[in-house]
Order: sequence, then structure tokens, then C-alpha cells
Amino acid sequence: MKLFIGEGNPHCLKVLAALELSGVQCETELVKHEEKVVPYLTHPVLPVLLLPSGQHLFSPNSICQYLFDVSGQKATDATNQWLEWESTNLQPAVLQSLQLVALQGKRVEAAAVMKEPLSWLEQSLSKRKTSFLTDEVVSVADVVLWAALYPLLSDSAFEPGDLQVVCAWFERVCSVSACQSAALSVLQGKGVEALKSFLQKQPVTHAHRRDSPSNNTEAEDSERELSPEEIEEAAQVYSEGLKDFTVVTERKHPVLPQEGKRNVLITSALPYVNNVPHLGNIIGCVLSADVFARYGRLRGWNLLYICGTDEYGTATENKAREEGLTPQQICDKYHCIHASIYQWFQIDFDFFGRTTTQHQTEIAQDIFWRLHERGFLLEDTVEQLRCEGCQRFLADRFVEGECPHCRYPEARGDQCDKCGRLINAVELKNPQCKVCKETPVIRSSKHLFLNLPKLEQDLEQWLQTSTAAGDWTTNARNITRSWLRDGLKPRCITRDLQWGTPVPHQDYKEKVFYVWFDAPIGYLSITANYTDQWERWWKNPQQVELYNFMAKDNVPFHSVVFPCSLLGAQDNYTLVNNLIATEYLNYEDTKFSKSRGVGVFGDMAKDTGIPSDVWRFYLLYLRPEGQDSAFSWTDMALKNNSELLNNLGNFINRAGMFVSKFFDGRVPEMLLNDDDKRLIAQVCWELKQYIQLLDKVRIRDALKCILNMSRHGNQYIQLNEPWKKIKGGDEDRCRAGTVTGVSVNVACLLAAVLEPFMPTVSLNIRSQLQAPESSSRAMLSGPGAFICTLPAGHCIGTVSPLFQKLENEQIEALRKRFGGLQPEEESAELKTPSNSSVTVESKPNAGAAQHTPASGNADPERAKQLTALVAEQGEKVRALKAQKAEKSAIGVEVAKLLDLKTQLCLAEGKTPEPPAQKTKKK
Amino acid sequence: MALRELNSLERFLGLKKANKYSTQGGKKVPVLQNNNGPALTGLVTIACHLVKEAKRPELLGDNAEQRAVVQQWLEHRITKLDNCSKEEVKVILKDLNRYLEDKVYLAGNVFTLADILMYYGIHHVIVELAIQEKECYLNVSRWFDHIQHYPGIRHHLPPVVVLRNRVYPSGHH
Repeated sequence: MKLFIGEGNPHCLKVLAALELSGVQCETELVKHEEKVVPYLTHPVLPVLLLPSGQHLFSPNSICQYLFDVSGQKATDATNQWLEWESTNLQPAVLQSLQLVALQGKRVEAAAVMKEPLSWLEQSLSKRKTSFLTDEVVSVADVVLWAALYPLLSDSAFEPGDLQVVCAWFERVCSVSACQSAALSVLQGKGVEALKSFLQKQPVTHAHRRDSPSNNTEAEDSERELSPEEIEEAAQVYSEGLKDFTVVTERKHPVLPQEGKRNVLITSALPYVNNVPHLGNIIGCVLSADVFARYGRLRGWNLLYICGTDEYGTATENKAREEGLTPQQICDKYHCIHASIYQWFQIDFDFFGRTTTQHQTEIAQDIFWRLHERGFLLEDTVEQLRCEGCQRFLADRFVEGECPHCRYPEARGDQCDKCGRLINAVELKNPQCKVCKETPVIRSSKHLFLNLPKLEQDLEQWLQTSTAAGDWTTNARNITRSWLRDGLKPRCITRDLQWGTPVPHQDYKEKVFYVWFDAPIGYLSITANYTDQWERWWKNPQQVELYNFMAKDNVPFHSVVFPCSLLGAQDNYTLVNNLIATEYLNYEDTKFSKSRGVGVFGDMAKDTGIPSDVWRFYLLYLRPEGQDSAFSWTDMALKNNSELLNNLGNFINRAGMFVSKFFDGRVPEMLLNDDDKRLIAQVCWELKQYIQLLDKVRIRDALKCILNMSRHGNQYIQLNEPWKKIKGGDEDRCRAGTVTGVSVNVACLLAAVLEPFMPTVSLNIRSQLQAPESSSRAMLSGPGAFICTLPAGHCIGTVSPLFQKLENEQIEALRKRFGGLQPEEESAELKTPSNSSVTVESKPNAGAAQHTPASGNADPERAKQLTALVAEQGEKVRALKAQKAEKSAIGVEVAKLLDLKTQLCLAEGKTPEPPAQKTKKK
Repeated sequence: MALRELNSLERFLGLKKANKYSTQGGKKVPVLQNNNGPALTGLVTIACHLVKEAKRPELLGDNAEQRAVVQQWLEHRITKLDNCSKEEVKVILKDLNRYLEDKVYLAGNVFTLADILMYYGIHHVIVELAIQEKECYLNVSRWFDHIQHYPGIRHHLPPVVVLRNRVYPSGHH
């Protein structure tokens, strides 16, 4: 055993005193402050006790306690309590005062810092009858507290104020010889001066720190104490009932900004047309935006929610070639698929458009000309490979050849997988077109670049105000900041393609706009297709608040690049005020893959037999807010059964059934007692939380508030047992009536708060309860108010169950069907936005763009992952064969293996081999 | 939050009668009103008391060394973890990750109160971590997952998904 101490380190005082007092034999070694004694700690600490077992104790208090423990004085509740107080309250104050005294000579300020803990100590000691803190003899608590206070209290110039009892105790401990020698050894008779060099190396401590670094406790903190006033007020508001609340008329299209209203424009990232959206797309943008839009409409905002399919780009051209259709036909086909999926998910767009329209051309070209006229475009020549056979310029991933650095023969146009170096496609030796294997030729081609550096200052100025005033999720802020930190470079806005918005400039007749420039303009053109007065939304920053919803990889395009286009165009455009970005949603433990049919895609969700509302609920419940989350079938069943069926559904159904069965379908009289009022206040508090959270677009947290409301309701019914009381005397029957009446009103509130999340369920509840038209909006207006909207005598309709149990077998079958069956397989991300990996692949950058979202196929890391997966799957197949498993079972696994190999080829930038040679040989 | 922790701990320990708690000061330090003695103040103090009350002294450590290590991590929880800034939390995770490299539990091979309270205290940090960050703190994640699945511990906290397999290539910290 060995004790390491440092010179002039105040924490050593207590351990040295404890060591001598305990009589434990132990070698001590003096080491420098910066010496790292404990191998796993980043910052060096002292004192440290190396235990016989080889473990390190680096907390001075634990060292003291250990020394007392081995000498036979075990910790008690009392000593524990003193040590805890010393470490959490006294120590921070002591360190701060020591710094004030030793480094700045500020003794008065130091005394002020110590005032609170010292007077608390004085008070506690006055109540005590023993000579020392816990006993008649010195305990570990005395040593620890004494040592903490010694440097200050022994300083004659330090005036702690009137502390008789503390001082008497302090003197008593001082007279213990072990303490005297420890003090001498650490302070060497120099007082606080001796600690100077140690204190200089400590970070400056501040008096008050926030207790909890976490800012998401509000929603969970439901054990909050309600004050009697709050309870009374909530009961008052409740009892006043529904007043004449003007029912706002139906939505009338076109919705246009109105003077004196909150005008909110909501967009969700435009899904790329040529693939079917998956769960990640749905939660990442359209569903999140839909909840917020529905909520806003309930709150009486004047609100427009638009979205549409993003249709231009190489990916569409390729898909068209694959399916033997024209790009326009492909877009038409997939646009319908998208629209019907969103309809099934009850996404209530005001308008769902598309980017391949005349308006898109007009607006994009207008912005282009304005940028051109104002000198924000640069011209540059780019050397590109062109395949004469295919009659087109080759995007980087459509060409491969020999790496100019390491001579690897299968390097891709943008990067070599062998040496990892970035390559300019024209540098490849022996380049080959991946489609026709012809040798392409180098052609130089002129391109236009948006001069982002020139716009950087305007951008920063705007960003400062927008991020300060609006709601930007943390990831959106961080991503934007990192882009600006790295400095902006010019970005190419033109492409040698056919399927896109034509560049109107004489010199660029054969070219189209690059999708990143073109696609966000889709928001404007889609609105223009909705109303010819679109400029009242998009050129009206004074009246309009713009919310963009997306997944995080889309952030830079919405926070930096597109705002630059609009700022440069100088046409008073509405720029984003609130940027809401989600993290990624993962899928079970296995890879999400369209080709293998693994994972749930939008069009399959409805075939599962699970209602759209339940899908919405579960996706919103695990909305990747602030962190990635994972979809899991088992968890979905669990949440459906526990939260929807047993909590929410059970409560609403019971409340309604009691009214029907016991009171003939009429809401009974309510005479509120304290229990009822308390429940009303609790529910009301949750409602206010819900509103505060949704105002800040904290969708997932708001959903928890709903579940809390019905949880409170269930407890309330359980406690008051109306089904028993109804059989009792008059008083009991009256009580049953009140509880039933309050409960059914909570159910009516639940219908209101559920509307944004589960519109069909909400409608069902409302019709079962025959809820008055204006009830939802009345309760959700302002800060929120839980009102008795179903007064005594109100007739409800027929009550029936809202949810169904998801059975294990059903879930197992679904899990099998969608392939999420291999827990040992590596999970992969399912990227949420329109730029899912497939889309990214199809939007390669032409050398000019230094930043693109991590590309699915251009990633050697992914190739590495896939290599591991192939190996793993190979093992599995071999194992099955060795076990002589059924042919069909082997077949399934072999198919998976082949598919993985194909993906690996693609990820490595190779053309997939014709299926199966290697595997067949096995 | 501390009160919920104590409630969960009581349930884990199987204590029959629920104790009454209040809180003290702006930091909401828990206080246990004790019928047959003075009130106890402080999360760790109360937690240790409950463990003794439940006759589970092994949760505080079987010998002096183990007891000291348990106390050390309990103190670490309330002094470092509970007050730390975003930057400091990274250091805490990093240190903890190295510490747990060769350990199953905080006190080595036995489950103790230190694991329970560190788990409760670090939960809000782990929840916020992205998958990639969780992989940076692989040992912490493993320990965390282990504790959250330990029977009867999790109670008031939502489970955090910890992937068993690495998604990101190793070596990037």
C-alpha cells in the first residue's frame, strides 16, 4: 500500500491526519502536481492511495474512510452524511475561497462565499450534544471537515463571522496531535501561501453552477409538487366550462398570409422521387412536420404545409433507363406512389406537388438571372470524362480505371478504395465507362459556380438573427456552425445532364441546374402551383414564419447553401426561421434493404394490418430527437399493448363505459373534492407542458405528456373505484358520479391533444363522446386550459374499444416477413431524409463540391462493414450446410449472402459480378 | 429526480414500507424523515442507509477496500457527474471508459450500490449520446447496458438502446 501526496495540496491534509490517527502503516511518496498516478484519469489528481489489491483511491474522503475502516471504525449514517455534505457543499466553497485568499488576497469576498456553509455548520453543531461531530471521540467526519476548513480558519486575517460553536469544535480537533502534524506537513507554517502553486493550477471555481446539465427534465418531471393555489386555480378554470368559443371556419384554399395572424409556413424535405420512402423518411420529415402543422392549426395559426417530390437528377435518368420508360414517366409513376403512401399515413399537406413543372423552371431561372446580374456567379472550366458510346458526360461513379497513385486497377472516379486517396476522374489511367466499357475522352466543359465566399458575410449576419430568434435543433446549429468554421468555397450549380431545369444562359444551353441548387427552389415552385399568390408566402419575411423539417444530413443545404442563393438574389425572400432536424432512425439489428425486402417501406406499412394511427404513434414515440433511435417490432408491440391499449385506451374506454353503463349515457353531476381538484391540476399541468413542448417542436416529449395525462386518469379511477361506489349509498353514488364525470372530461381533453399525433383515434373519441365542436381549440388556446367541456347532462354516443392488442405471433410473423431476423448481423443506418443513401449515390458531386452528405456507395468504411457482413453471412451458410439444414432455409441465407456480395461490389465501386459463381462452387 | 431514484432503489431492495422524503434547498437535496432518529440528508447517505435497512450490506462492499471503492464512485457521482458541464462530461466518460476496461462492475467483479447510483446519474448522459459516441465509450456502454438489464434496477428510466455490434469502424476517437 502506498500513499501519493503533493506539496501544498490542501486535500492531503485530511489523509495525512487520518493516516496518523488510524495508525495504519503505509509508505508515502511526494510527487509533482502534474504527475499522473491514476492511469485511467485524464487530469492528474492527488492524493492517491494505492490499495494492496492494486486499485487506486483518488477521492480524499474515501481514502480517509478506508483508513478509519481498516482501523475498526466503520462508516455510519452520521459520518456518511457529514462526508457527503463536505464533498458537495463545503468543498466547492472552500476551494473558491482559498483561491480568492491565496491568489487575489480577497478575504472579504472569501468570507462571503463561506458564510452559507459555515452558518449551516454552526446551526447543526449547536443542536448537537457531543463534543465532536458524531461522537465523544474524533471520527472520520471530524478529520474531513476540520481539514477542509483548516487553511481558512487558521488564517488570522480571515474573518468568518460569529461562529462560537464551530470555533470551539475546530479548536478541539486542532489539539489532536495527528492533525497538528498533518497541518505542519502540508502548510509548513506558511499558511495559505503554501497552497498558492497548487491553487493556481486548479480551474477557477464559480459559486453557483446549474444543478443539472440536462435540459430535458421538464417533460419527465411529473412528480412535481402542485401548490394549493395552482390546484384551486385549475379547478376554477375547469368548472367555468366551455364559454362561447368562436368556432373557426373550415380551412379555405388557398391559405394566404393574413394581417394580425400568426402566419406559419411549413415545409418538409422533398423526398426523392425514384424510391419508395421508408419509415425513416416518414418520421424524419413528413410525419414530424404533419404533427406540427396539425398542432398549429388547432392552435388557430394561419398555416400552410407544403411538400412534394424532388424529381430531377441522374438517378431518375438511370431508373428510367432500367425500367425502359422516359424520366417523366418514371416521375409520374413514383409521384403517385409517394402521394398514396403519405395519404395512408394521414399526412395532411395543404398541397403535395412536384419539381418538374413550368413554375420550377421560371422561378429557378429567375433566381439564376438575379444571381448572375449581381455578380454572385463565377465561371470555370472543368475537365470531365465523356463517353462517346453513351453520348454523355460521366458522373464520377460511372467511371473506373487505374489509380494514378497506387496503380490499383479498379479505382473509382472520385476515390481509390485501395489507397484511399481522392482522385480527380480525369487523372485515372485507362478510364472505362462503367455502363458500356468504352474508353471515355477528356472534354473540358464550362460550368457556373455560386460564389459562396462573397455571400458569407450576409449569410452570417442573417444566421445570427435567425438562430437567436428561432427554434433550431442543436444538430442544425452545430452542423451549420461547422460549415462556416471551415470556410465556404464556390459551389458548382450546373451539370452536363438532360433531366433537369435548363440553364437559360446562352453559353450553357446544353446544361441543367445541379439538383442541390434546383431542389430547394421546389418549395417555392410547389407553392406557386398551389396558388398564384405564392409570393405572399415566399417574399414576405415580415409576416411569415418559415419552418423547415428534415433529417440532419440535409441541414447544410437549408441553412447555408439555399439561403445564400436567396440572399444573393436580393428579392426579399422569406428565409428559414426555424430549422428542425432529426437524427437517424435505425431498423432493428439488421440492415435496411429494399432489394432484400428487409425493413418496412411506406407502401408495405398498410399491409401489416396495423392501423395508420398506431404506426404514427410508434414512429413519433421513437422520433430520433437529439439522438438516434431504433425501430423494433417487439418494442412496437410492447408500446402498443402497454401504452395505447392498457394506458390510453383503457382509460378512455373505462371513462366512457361508466357514463354509458351507470349513468345512462349522460354525464353525471360533479361535486369536486380535493382529490378531484388535484387530478384536474395534474392534468392541466401536463397540458401546459404539452403546449410548451410542441411550441418548441419537441414532438416526442409532448407525446409523453399525453401518456402521463391518461396515467394520472387511470390512477384516479383506480383509487376512487366508481364501479364499487355506484352500488353504495347516496353519498357514494354521488362520488361515483363526480369521478366518472371528471374522467370522461379528461378523455375529451385527450381527444384534443391526440389530434396531431393520432388523427383517426382522436376523431373516434370525439364521436364516441359527442364532443362539442369547439372543445379542442378552446382547451389548446393560449397557455392551455383543461375545461369541463362535457357538462352534466351531456349525452355521449356509443363507446367502443379504440385499440387492439398486437399478439406475439402476429409480431413474429411481421418480423420474419420484413426480415429483421438476424440479431447477430450488424445494424446499419437508415437515413431519414430525401438524401437517403440511394439518393446520395445518384447525386455525385462534380469535383467542385467539397461537402456532400456521406455517400452510401462512395464510402470505403461501408465497404469494410459489408466485407465483415459477407464473412459473417458466409459462416452462417457454411454452418447451416454443416448441420444439413433444410434446403429452403439454406437457400434463404444464400440469397442474402449473394445480395450482400452485390452490395459490397457496388460499395467498392465495382460492377457486380453476374450472380453466383463463387457461391455455387461451395 | 433524486426522489425517483430513491423510490426505484427501495423497490429494488424490496423494502416494503415506502419512506417519506422531502427536498432541501435549490439543489433539491433529498431528506429522509426517519421516525426513530434524526432526518438523513443527501442522496448517498440515504441510499447507504436504505441498503443497510434492507440487510444487503454486500451492496456497499464486502471488505474495507471494496467499501472504499464503492464510496469513491458514489462520491464521484454526486460531486463530479451531477454538476458537470458538457465538456466535463466527455472527460468523465473517457475516464470511466478506461476504468471499466478490465472490470465488470465499478467495484470489480461484484455488483454494488455504486453501479446503481452511477447508472441513475449517468442515464441522461447516455440517452443523449449518438450511436457513434456510444461506441467511443464502449466499456461504459457495455457496463450501462449490463446495469439497465440487471433485474429490478431500471424502474423509472426508459431503456437506452445499446447496439451489441459496432456500426462505425474502430480506432476513431
